[in-house]
Amino acid sequence: MSNVYVADQPSAAREGRPSGRLLEVEDLRVEFRTRDGVAKVINGVNYHVDAGETLAVLGESGSGKSVTAQTIMGILDTPPGFVTGGEIRFHGKDMLKMSAEERRRIRGEGIAMVFQDALSALNPVFTVGFQIAEQFRVRRGMSRRDAKIRAAEMLDQVKIPNAKQRVNEYPHQFSGGMRQRVMIAMSLALDPEVLIADEPTTALDVTVQAQIMDLLGELQRERQMGLILITHDLGVVADVADRIAVMYAGRIVEEANVYELYAKPAHPYTIGLLESIPRIDEKGQQLRTIRGLPPSLLKIPSGCPFHPRCPMAQPVCPEKLPPLLQLGPTRASACHFAEELVNRD
Amino acid sequence: MTESILEVRDLVKYYPVTRGILFKKTIGHVQAVDGVSFDLHKGETLGVVGESGCGKSTLAKVLMHLEHPTSGSVTFNGQDIYKLGASGLRRLRRNIQLVMQDPYTSLNPRMTVGDLIGEPFEIHSDVAPKGSRRQKVQELLEVVGLNPEHINRYPHQFSGGQRQRIGIARALALRPEIIVCDEPVSALDVSIQAQVMNLLETLQNEFGLSYIFIAHDLSVVRHLADRVAVMYLGKIVELGTEDEIYERPTHPYTQALLSAVPVPDPNSRKNKAIIRLTGDVPSPTNPPSGCRFRTRCWKAQEVCAREVPLLEVRSGSDHPSACHFAEKREIMVTREAGELTELPTRTL
Amino acid sequence: MSDPTSGSLVTTPPPEQPGVVGDTAPVGAGLPETKRDQPRGLLGDAWYDLRRKPLFWISAGLIALFVVMAAFPFFFTSGSPNDPVGTGLSRSLEGPSGDAWFGTDILGRDIFARTIYGARASIIVAVAATLGTVLLGASVGVLAGFRGGWVDALLSRIADVFFGIPFVLGAIVILFTFNPEGAGSNEWKIMGLVILALCLLSWPVAMRIMRSSILAAKNADYVVAARALGASNSRIIFKHLIPNCLAPVLVYATILIGAYIGAEATLSFLGVGLQSPVVSWGVMISDSQQYIRVAPYWLLFPSAFLVTAVLSFVMLGEAVREALDPKLR
Repeated sequence: MSNVYVADQPSAAREGRPSGRLLEVEDLRVEFRTRDGVAKVINGVNYHVDAGETLAVLGESGSGKSVTAQTIMGILDTPPGFVTGGEIRFHGKDMLKMSAEERRRIRGEGIAMVFQDALSALNPVFTVGFQIAEQFRVRRGMSRRDAKIRAAEMLDQVKIPNAKQRVNEYPHQFSGGMRQRVMIAMSLALDPEVLIADEPTTALDVTVQAQIMDLLGELQRERQMGLILITHDLGVVADVADRIAVMYAGRIVEEANVYELYAKPAHPYTIGLLESIPRIDEKGQQLRTIRGLPPSLLKIPSGCPFHPRCPMAQPVCPEKLPPLLQLGPTRASACHFAEELVNRD
Repeated sequence: MTESILEVRDLVKYYPVTRGILFKKTIGHVQAVDGVSFDLHKGETLGVVGESGCGKSTLAKVLMHLEHPTSGSVTFNGQDIYKLGASGLRRLRRNIQLVMQDPYTSLNPRMTVGDLIGEPFEIHSDVAPKGSRRQKVQELLEVVGLNPEHINRYPHQFSGGQRQRIGIARALALRPEIIVCDEPVSALDVSIQAQVMNLLETLQNEFGLSYIFIAHDLSVVRHLADRVAVMYLGKIVELGTEDEIYERPTHPYTQALLSAVPVPDPNSRKNKAIIRLTGDVPSPTNPPSGCRFRTRCWKAQEVCAREVPLLEVRSGSDHPSACHFAEKREIMVTREAGELTELPTRTL
Repeated sequence: MSDPTSGSLVTTPPPEQPGVVGDTAPVGAGLPETKRDQPRGLLGDAWYDLRRKPLFWISAGLIALFVVMAAFPFFFTSGSPNDPVGTGLSRSLEGPSGDAWFGTDILGRDIFARTIYGARASIIVAVAATLGTVLLGASVGVLAGFRGGWVDALLSRIADVFFGIPFVLGAIVILFTFNPEGAGSNEWKIMGLVILALCLLSWPVAMRIMRSSILAAKNADYVVAARALGASNSRIIFKHLIPNCLAPVLVYATILIGAYIGAEATLSFLGVGLQSPVVSWGVMISDSQQYIRVAPYWLLFPSAFLVTAVLSFVMLGEAVREALDPKLR
């Protein structure tokens, strides 16, 4: 079932679907102006996602992974959040320079998002059918009846049993996993080219998580969507991602394809993360701990933001910010000693 | 095998489901915990795993005597804890302590760390004389790896991992023999999780603690537990040592659960066979007859609906399993863990 | 989004949002370290915090001024509240002047003197009624919320009954029953009755606020944790529940002081509350109403005092609420 691990360029994309680069984020900067000061939440993030590709954005809380997604979707709370620089290009056009109307058109049809907490993302007073159908009515000008039929089809596509009946039920009548399926149906209703999934399975049990990840993978393949999977779960990432971007303190510290990253991480933070998770397939494992705490975004350490916690920090680290250095065709690392890490045996 | 310190027998906890505001009528029962038995040995960690709604948190509450069980007994030091009087219960509290899941809600936001960790001494005022309490609190802070000078800070001034350390210090204050940990690391970030797990291990060795470690994360449980109980819909379906459960699981539910855990290794995608469970967990108000897992089980036969499978050792397995058709099945390849990566360091 | 400034009825911090404040902040960044080393209780910390708030000092100063005014009106004015400035009605309805700073009313009395003397009745009634309402309502609320079950059902129904009585009607009934027209109008007795009426008719709101915050806090993890430590019920109520549930009631109380100053005026206007010769801002405002066009200053000055007093109490309440919530520090 989940045996698709080939990251090659998607073969024949569906008709009318451009293959290639869909979404590019370049040097994005976002800050939150709070009464305690300016929190630099995102400090120059670059990533892109192609059609049919799964990019996993990995990071702990406060790393800026969710804020990046909110900025892309244009649902950043302003204030306190302000975009202070960079570009978000969708099909080559900078979304940050678009009018509100243009951006709204992209939302849902171009880029859609699945949230972690499906219960609060769905409106409790409307049936799920109504909520899905609403998009068809508003955006596609369908009649009430047609929209409802389409909504039932959507529920069927996300494999909700008895879709025809359940379309008339309210969100609280669905179990956690089913609710997340509804959420996915809703975000896919307008056939987006890019789907951003923000911790889609964090609130779910493992057996349900596996079902949802399968479903997402299947739908993505069918539709050749670009999928941005935002998560902190290194296990899920290993199962589904093609490429991985690791974030720390609002920056990407390492980017690589999934095999390279797990085989030979090229940033001390990634190494720390990978060795700090207990593995179900290992016995007698020692856990590495990353000393200290993630930095306050109000006061990001000078130079490399990871240096106070880094076991291999050198005098240069607090002084110079390491750029995201390209190490190969698919990988890059923002560490002064990245080359040494890659070349170790 | 070492002596058991806690014996749990046929523990049952039903919550009535009522209807009506003034004249309440019981229309059913949520069978949250239904006939759970196990022993906890001195100095060991017993992991309890299961998905949400399996009753593991209710089990923690009943074990802590925060809820009175519907029936069953828990024997600690030769005494049934549910038959203790008020003073006996107070003494019990010193010996069994609780660490809760959410470090954001389990600490009173209006108390300083000193008050929070000192509270056990105030409640059990005979443990430490008044003058020595402050010092004891500072010692505890040190034990759990926090700065003893932070005694006047409020919980919100700490990060999640640090708060969980405060919670652990509080549980440790009265020098208990048993600590019930209810999902102690699941709310924490990955890098912090490892710190807290290592702390729990160190404390166990230092103070000879026994843990009941309740979690939904099978990897975490494998790392910490000596023995593991797998729960489904209020019952233990399989009980065994870490090896027995993870390498030779015999209950279909355990097998499905293990197969679904994502392994942080992309190369495992190729040879991975996830056992797909269909449908949802049935409602604990009206569980299926016979074996509770039969509605989702691929092995289910007519006997499963008729007879409740007992948790016992069967021919196909070397440890207790509550399945009529218990049978070994290898779910994943376990390997010995390697050393941690040697990070290159240069001296300049 | 979680705005820490917008009332803190809920004591749980939001689960990590971008991690701006709170959770990722390195401990101790920019805290006045040295001064915080002595152990202090909740109130001690609140006081430490209050002392550094200008809002607190301004409002406390104003309130202190009003309280002194209420206690010793003769320090502020040599005039008398009930005697005319001139002889008889010779100086009726005069505008502000050198010897009657706020002008005079229809009976030629000095409005400045009357405003000063009026503080006493208004503030005593408002503060005492608020205290009574909050104490009564909050204790019933704590009892109902904590005990639950039939106790809660009974107390809640009783509260509903009181809540159902229309305020003005209820007050009129109470005041007429215990102080029928023509009966000797002892100033203190009427004040007491007004306070009683206000308390009796308003406690259900305070009770409901308290009950719902207790209900929410009762099952909070930290209460379960305290129970697991073996804490007694009284410890749980006084150490854990009340400190966490006080803020909303406190906010309500500050609003209530203002509302009660107004309610006192309403009852006076209807002729069932305080009456001349007792002086209160309410009595003055209701007296002045017919002369708004001729003598606007008659309405203006007591109203200005009333508004300032109400505002001071609201500001004080706000400052105290912030100080009591350690998360806002």
